[in-house]
Amino acid sequence: MKDLLKNLVEAFGPAGNEGPIREILRTEVEGLVDEVKVDALGNLIAIRKGSGPRVMIAAHMDEIGVIVTHIDEKGFLRFSNIGGISPFMLIGQRVVFANGTVGAFGAEKLDDIKDLKLNKMFIDIGAKDEKSAKEKVTIGDIGAFYRQANFQGDRVIAKSLDNRAGCAVLVKTLKELAGREIPNQVYAVFTVQEELGLRGAKTAAYGVNPDVGFAVDVTGTGDTPEAPTMAVKLGEGPTIKVKDSVVLTHPRVRQFMMEVAKNKGIPYQLEILERGGTDTGPIHLTREGVPSGAISVPTRYIHTPSEMADINDMENAVKLFVAILEAKLDEAIL
Amino acid sequence: MATVGLAEFLGNIISEAGVSGHEDKVAAVVQKGMSGLFDEARTDALGNLIVLKRGIGRAPHPRVMLAAHMDEIGLMVTKIEDQGCLRVTQIGGIDRRILPGLEVIVHGRKKLPGVVGAKPPHVQERGEREKSVKWEDLYVDIGLAGDEARELVQIGDTITFAQTPIKLQGQFMAGKTMDDRAGVGVLYECLRALKTMRHHADVYCVATVQEEVGVRGATTSTYGIVPDVGIAIDVGFGDQASVPEYQSISMDKGPGISIGPAVHPAIHERLKSVAGELEISVQVDPSPHPGGTDAFAIQIARAGIPTALISIPLRYMHTAVETVCLTDIERAGRLLAEFIVRIDKKFVEGLKCF
Amino acid sequence: MLLKTLTEAFGVSGQEQEVAGILREHVSPHCDKVETDALRNVIAIKSGSKGSPKVMLTAHMDEIGLMVMYIEKSGTLRFKSIGGVDPRVLVSKSVYVGRNRIPGVIGAKPIHLQKREEADKPFDLDGLFIDIGAKDKDEAERLVNLGDGIIFATKYEDIGNTRAKAKAFDDRIGCAVLARLLMMEKRWDFTIQGVFTAQEEVGGRGAQVASYALEPDIAIAFEGTTASDVPGSKEHLYSTSLGKGPALTHADASFVADPRLVRRLMEVAEAKGIPYQMRELTTGGTDAGRIHLSREGIPAGLVSVPTRYIHSPVSIIDKNDFENAIKLMAAFLDSIEERGLPF
Repeated sequence: MKDLLKNLVEAFGPAGNEGPIREILRTEVEGLVDEVKVDALGNLIAIRKGSGPRVMIAAHMDEIGVIVTHIDEKGFLRFSNIGGISPFMLIGQRVVFANGTVGAFGAEKLDDIKDLKLNKMFIDIGAKDEKSAKEKVTIGDIGAFYRQANFQGDRVIAKSLDNRAGCAVLVKTLKELAGREIPNQVYAVFTVQEELGLRGAKTAAYGVNPDVGFAVDVTGTGDTPEAPTMAVKLGEGPTIKVKDSVVLTHPRVRQFMMEVAKNKGIPYQLEILERGGTDTGPIHLTREGVPSGAISVPTRYIHTPSEMADINDMENAVKLFVAILEAKLDEAIL
Repeated sequence: MATVGLAEFLGNIISEAGVSGHEDKVAAVVQKGMSGLFDEARTDALGNLIVLKRGIGRAPHPRVMLAAHMDEIGLMVTKIEDQGCLRVTQIGGIDRRILPGLEVIVHGRKKLPGVVGAKPPHVQERGEREKSVKWEDLYVDIGLAGDEARELVQIGDTITFAQTPIKLQGQFMAGKTMDDRAGVGVLYECLRALKTMRHHADVYCVATVQEEVGVRGATTSTYGIVPDVGIAIDVGFGDQASVPEYQSISMDKGPGISIGPAVHPAIHERLKSVAGELEISVQVDPSPHPGGTDAFAIQIARAGIPTALISIPLRYMHTAVETVCLTDIERAGRLLAEFIVRIDKKFVEGLKCF
Repeated sequence: MLLKTLTEAFGVSGQEQEVAGILREHVSPHCDKVETDALRNVIAIKSGSKGSPKVMLTAHMDEIGLMVMYIEKSGTLRFKSIGGVDPRVLVSKSVYVGRNRIPGVIGAKPIHLQKREEADKPFDLDGLFIDIGAKDKDEAERLVNLGDGIIFATKYEDIGNTRAKAKAFDDRIGCAVLARLLMMEKRWDFTIQGVFTAQEEVGGRGAQVASYALEPDIAIAFEGTTASDVPGSKEHLYSTSLGKGPALTHADASFVADPRLVRRLMEVAEAKGIPYQMRELTTGGTDAGRIHLSREGIPAGLVSVPTRYIHSPVSIIDKNDFENAIKLMAAFLDSIEERGLPF
């Protein structure tokens, strides 16, 4: 898990520019499934054929980043956010573009740091002038944060655990299931543009037309000093989602997931995420509606370059996913 | 089978709990209350209750969908504190200022009465009263200690207002969740009227789920039904002190018939002309923004559905004492039935070329 | 003149029939089929010899405006906005109420009667009203209906050397680009689905249902987009500038344009020597947002004519940008015929 996760979190793949991460994931899942395809928006869809209901399991592979909007005559880049980014989080960070160009974030002179906004910031790639900047970067280029992963005991600090943690869970789940008979057809979808409004999952779910859907993503915690009220802690198991801004998990689906966890002795927590959404939202509203659930990996400091999660929560998420997919979902949910 | 009167039907359905995403019990009460008035009933993947009353005559029958949402705003348990108090979040838009001192029911392993804690004036700090209480300072007290509470309650359990129906003067009635069980009452009145009428159209009465969290049930149910005409029935702002006249419709002057982007003008005109013909009192209700009701979702399902919106005037929206006039609900039900019996192929085809 | 006719037409969201009529009249003689759907999108099909691919081109017919909410005893009208209108631009403007164009003016409390601190706050809708000169409610009711749309009474006029001012360049300028493309003599060998959409300003509602129905292989929307190349705005926040050519979008708040499509647009522009610029802000949404998420997803792009002061009673464009947008799109369509889709 650690090697897989390191490989995934350090990969490049901001929303709208997921090519590199998609190729890494394609390599990981080819051989584990019967078919791999990419749709019009760039979702990677790995299909395990067979019989039984069609189950879509989704993890978004994109990460937050920035998009270059303007290059001035001195070679500084102005930018806008790709996904939810606080300007305060950018100070001292570095950005990397698909071609390897690295830049530092800078800010205009401000009388009060509270006035810091993205449009008062810029990226410095060390270019001497506009011309040399434009040789490396063009308007519309999308960059991601530049950070390596650190593993300390069971904990990992890395960029883009949101949602490479989920991608790792999906890959490991497919590995565990490889060669085994299960009573469901599985469509594992690594979705694009979740950070821009759950876009990839919407079109992927329409195409897959699943009978049941599950997403795996990260969720916040309430276990840090003076944290907002949230009954989720790092290391106490993956969460079974009750609610977020875009879904209220169907009580029957939630109940089923809890029973599976209890029967298999897998630790879990119940999650209410007050702000934020995940791919389950668009999946459950696809066509005539799809009973859907979500598993989350508790993660601190989400949407910063230093997110933190616990490997055990991911391992247990894999166990929970495997157990869910081994169940006769038509009888359990439909 | 004899049906009960509107007040009794409405009293029954508003007494049931059904916070968004947890509408199964309400669906059962609604279906039971409507028994004898429809040919088929089913619930779909999200829990929408879809009741079909078939039309007569040669197929294909025009398909009319009437939608009223049965979910209600409420609270959800987010954390159980060690002293037994329940931390909560809102489901749907709640004015948190109505909560302190309110009686509620926690739907745990069993129904548990509770109260929303309110800090006595004596221990408030100076200036505290000038501000609204914050969400993070609100909690529900069910009179149990932490361990006892955890036996009976878990994270994700829903909480509803404990308010029982109140019969006010005349035809006015108050209670929780008139938004939009009043609309479900309109479906009931419409089906009761249709029982003795001949209609060509197939009528799909849908008690939708999850309207309060983003018109989710209407999105999927409309995709499945693909009606030729879709009509959402919801509540509108009734005239009350402190709301400007241009933002409200009058109580007891009939349902509001919306006009605006979400409304097909030909359906709007037909509803008005039927009302005029039968002298059913209605009010034109301008709605410049298409959002906020199931009509928002119905209109843009698939390749687009000719849609209309009817609103029952309601005072004190999103509180525990939402107030309606039963006469308005009866008028809306009758209007819809009379509209439906007049629907034919020509009318439906005309909705696509205008 | 197409630009004058289109920009002066009445067409707030949901009440686009006048604009729809003008466009049908112009494009019908050049198309195989022109239809309307349940939301009043005008769908004009121009099929080529091969039939495929299906290329959807859209521009929205609706404009932002106001709606009559209530008639006071005095005969003045209370209103709310349709689409995003800044209430600060409204006071002391002249308007037309309803499709019969009853003239009116937007009034407010005179400055003499205001308290000192009132003037520091912008007017909100509670403090504004429309006066059509009716002597009482009865007279007003004979002239206007509740729910009537209200448009600004702005006339189209050429100003400066190459520029024009009018209301509703957002998005009648896009409608004009699309109409001109459909009216071209040339017939490409694939199918063009020209869609004049309804209700963009209230959430891309027309585009959503039209793209579901038409299932195109690729889609491009035409928009009048923000140009903020004006005093008080920093260069990196201009977004676009007048006169520098049509603007291409990489991403806005509603979508990320298909990069292969954007590259093709840039290639054909450069090959033909057509000026273009990149839209440099990522705020705002368009019909492309709804279209690209239709069904299994549709690769989409956006070509815009820079427009100053959008969503206000009067906006300004440069007519060279308009002509170049048409040239660019014609060259792009040629490239599909010659080289196929860019993916």
